[in-house]
Amino acid sequence: MASEGHAETLALREQFDTADQQKDASTLGMWVFLITEIMFFGGMFLAYSVYRSSYPVVFAVASSSLNAVIGAVNTAVLLCSSFTMVMAVRAAQLGQRRAILIFLILTLILGMVFLGVKAYEWNEKFVEHHVPGPTFHLEGVEMQGPAQIFFSLYFAMTGLHALHMVIGVGLLTWLIIATYRGRFSAQYMTPVDIAGLYWHFVDIIWIFLFPLLYLIDRHLR
Amino acid sequence: MHEQVDSVKTYALVWIVLLILTAVTTAVAYVDLGAFSVVVALVIAVVKMLLVALFFMHIRHSTQLTRLVVMGGLIWLFILLLLTFADFSTRGWTGVPGR
Amino acid sequence: MITEAAVEREHYLNASYGIKSWLLTKDHKRIALLYLATVTLFFFLGGAFATLIRIELLTPTGGLVSSETYNKLFTMHGVTMVFFFLIPSIPATLGNFFLPMMIGARDLAFPRINLLSWYLLVIGGLFALYAMLAGGVDTGWTFYTPYSTTYSNSWVVATAIGIFIAGFSSILTGLNFIVTVHRMRAPGMTWFRLPLFVWSNYATSLIQVLGTPVLAVTIVLVFCERVFHIGIFDPALGGDPVLFQHLFWFYSHPAVYIMVLPAMGVISELISVYSRKPVFGYAFVAFSSVAIAVLGFLVWGHHLFVSTQSVYAGMVFSFLSYFVAIPSAIKVFNWTATLYKGSISFATPMLYAFGFIGLFTIGGLTGLFVASLGIDVHVTDTYFVIAHFHYIMVGGTIMAYMGGLHYWWPKMTGRMYPEGWAKLSALVIFLGFNLTFFPQFILGYLGMPRRYHVYPDEFQVLHVLSTAGASVLAVGYLMPMIYFIWSLRYGAVATANPWGATGLEWKTPSPPPVHNFDEMPVVTHEAYDYSTVMGEVIEVG
Repeated sequence: MASEGHAETLALREQFDTADQQKDASTLGMWVFLITEIMFFGGMFLAYSVYRSSYPVVFAVASSSLNAVIGAVNTAVLLCSSFTMVMAVRAAQLGQRRAILIFLILTLILGMVFLGVKAYEWNEKFVEHHVPGPTFHLEGVEMQGPAQIFFSLYFAMTGLHALHMVIGVGLLTWLIIATYRGRFSAQYMTPVDIAGLYWHFVDIIWIFLFPLLYLIDRHLR
Repeated sequence: MHEQVDSVKTYALVWIVLLILTAVTTAVAYVDLGAFSVVVALVIAVVKMLLVALFFMHIRHSTQLTRLVVMGGLIWLFILLLLTFADFSTRGWTGVPGR
Repeated sequence: MITEAAVEREHYLNASYGIKSWLLTKDHKRIALLYLATVTLFFFLGGAFATLIRIELLTPTGGLVSSETYNKLFTMHGVTMVFFFLIPSIPATLGNFFLPMMIGARDLAFPRINLLSWYLLVIGGLFALYAMLAGGVDTGWTFYTPYSTTYSNSWVVATAIGIFIAGFSSILTGLNFIVTVHRMRAPGMTWFRLPLFVWSNYATSLIQVLGTPVLAVTIVLVFCERVFHIGIFDPALGGDPVLFQHLFWFYSHPAVYIMVLPAMGVISELISVYSRKPVFGYAFVAFSSVAIAVLGFLVWGHHLFVSTQSVYAGMVFSFLSYFVAIPSAIKVFNWTATLYKGSISFATPMLYAFGFIGLFTIGGLTGLFVASLGIDVHVTDTYFVIAHFHYIMVGGTIMAYMGGLHYWWPKMTGRMYPEGWAKLSALVIFLGFNLTFFPQFILGYLGMPRRYHVYPDEFQVLHVLSTAGASVLAVGYLMPMIYFIWSLRYGAVATANPWGATGLEWKTPSPPPVHNFDEMPVVTHEAYDYSTVMGEVIEVG
């Protein structure tokens, strides 16, 4: 049977018996990887939760120094990129090479826009002396320590998220090249599929980061 | 695994709802709901997450195993948060310093 | 006697030659051997630190090393043994080699990720090694803040990076195993026909995948705190050092189950083969593995009993900690019941299995002592705790590892180890182990603190006994190194199934062919069905 070894192809590597088995295994593998990511980000969400509950006022003041409109717009950008990504996956399911390319490129552009806006925001924080370190100062609070903790978590969490976006951009680039070279078809589009899962996951992280970082007790300010 | 191909309409609808919810959560943040603000924000975020997960990540069409894996991840995050807060939220209840 | 057939037959060891065929291999069996070499090196490195510790503790006032150096010795002993030996040991060596074979697969689901896992362990190890050579780290393997983040002048960052990278090795192995067990089982190999070794490794993989990422993010935070002084664990800036402890132990407690579950899986195999009986209560043992994995995540606060963790949380964690003992006890009872009316053989692997059962039971029972909030207040941070976890890690895991190595040696290498020397080594290890660690229970109970190298005179006798035991133990570990290597050239040639065991791995030649099976196995019988191997008897001297 297939145990003797078959010629290895992209869709059927030698350790698998059928293409379906390989697709199932790859998809399961990506999902298991995503739950490791849930736990990875989870540790930071824990730190955030602990310190927000300990210093609610300081966190609210610190949060209000972020630009909620820019944050909301950036969130929208990322949601649009999720839409274009799932359209790319759909196109791959239908074997529409040109459509895959268009949607992947759109996703890439939107992802880069997000990162660009992020860079702008970080620069703002730098200018306002809200970057943790010797020059840190947040106006309107007595306890600078907890304020610094807020911004540490802000930079750590959005930074970790941005790192994942950069990796996602890398993946998209590779996918675009592979699509251009005709690697994918309706029978074999697993890399597009699982890259989509990754991209959506990174979007979900941001879906939580946005309200937790930008929208703390805005009604008070 | 998911042979079913969803329609463009489905995806577009979900996309629009996600954008609307983003606007809502931003606007509601400026309304004074007291302690409920954070609850509302998290509920909206969870709804958005579910939309992305069910429709964009195809959990709607996925196997039991996939759903179990996702549930497992979320439950484990919950365990981390809940049991740690068992500590932080009960500090000082005895009135004894350091306990 | 080397026959023509043995010389000509192609198998995974001789199918290709050259260093590239090993360093770029995708074969899970070769990767398992790469891991074997790596973890063995780390074991002896960790053992070297232990030797220095034990020599230092011969006298009450120390004198061999300074306090600062002593801090580094126990830290590096812990880091090496936990992260670079125990966590990878059984899963990455025996698991890598045999899990695919046991389920009837040609390889793991992701062979290249498997190779990447090994490289990550090596690279992580090199970072840790660099830290050790550059001056060492002195925070304890537990890296408690704010010492590790603010005050320690040692190589914390380099060590932390090493552990971070090694953590990804562990995560990827776990991911690989989970997908493999779900998707690569041969026809007829249902979940409840799986060997219990597979169940154990599966449960272990769940822990690796869910717990290790939290360690990874904790290390990131420690790094940020140490390098950027963000304040997250610094009380002066409003941070809480106990948050570090929660994050650290959320992983590190389940980590001890990563270390012991695969060992329990080995024991299930050994007890069955050497009693020639199916494991009693197979389903209970299988479910217990998963139960240990799950419950193990609910108890981490028992490491924080004497921190400023709230007393109410302490009570919750103490209560939950008792539950995790139950599935372990179920396993011990089932193994014992397996022996009843079995046809018992005292081959070396079985000696190790017996050793495991006795020593793990002692270690586990003392776990109940430390799980009790009241008792732990007195024995925490004493040698009682040290003895407790060494009984499980060394008396348990390492014994099981040795048993598994001996059991599967003929399959991996095509050679038998020398039974006489092996039995002697097992005995030496057993005696050396108990002489090393039993006195430590007494020491701890009498109040000897851990991580101290200066102690009251009245403890010296017990320390001397412990060090004497350690030297015996060292001899016991060196002997297999020698005879295993000897056996590669001079050992008796092994048949496909020298033990008359039932697993699929025994249905292929020793050593196995590159693709494991010449034709895909179709499984029609239950696990441990000895009626299928009636004609085969155990060949042992």
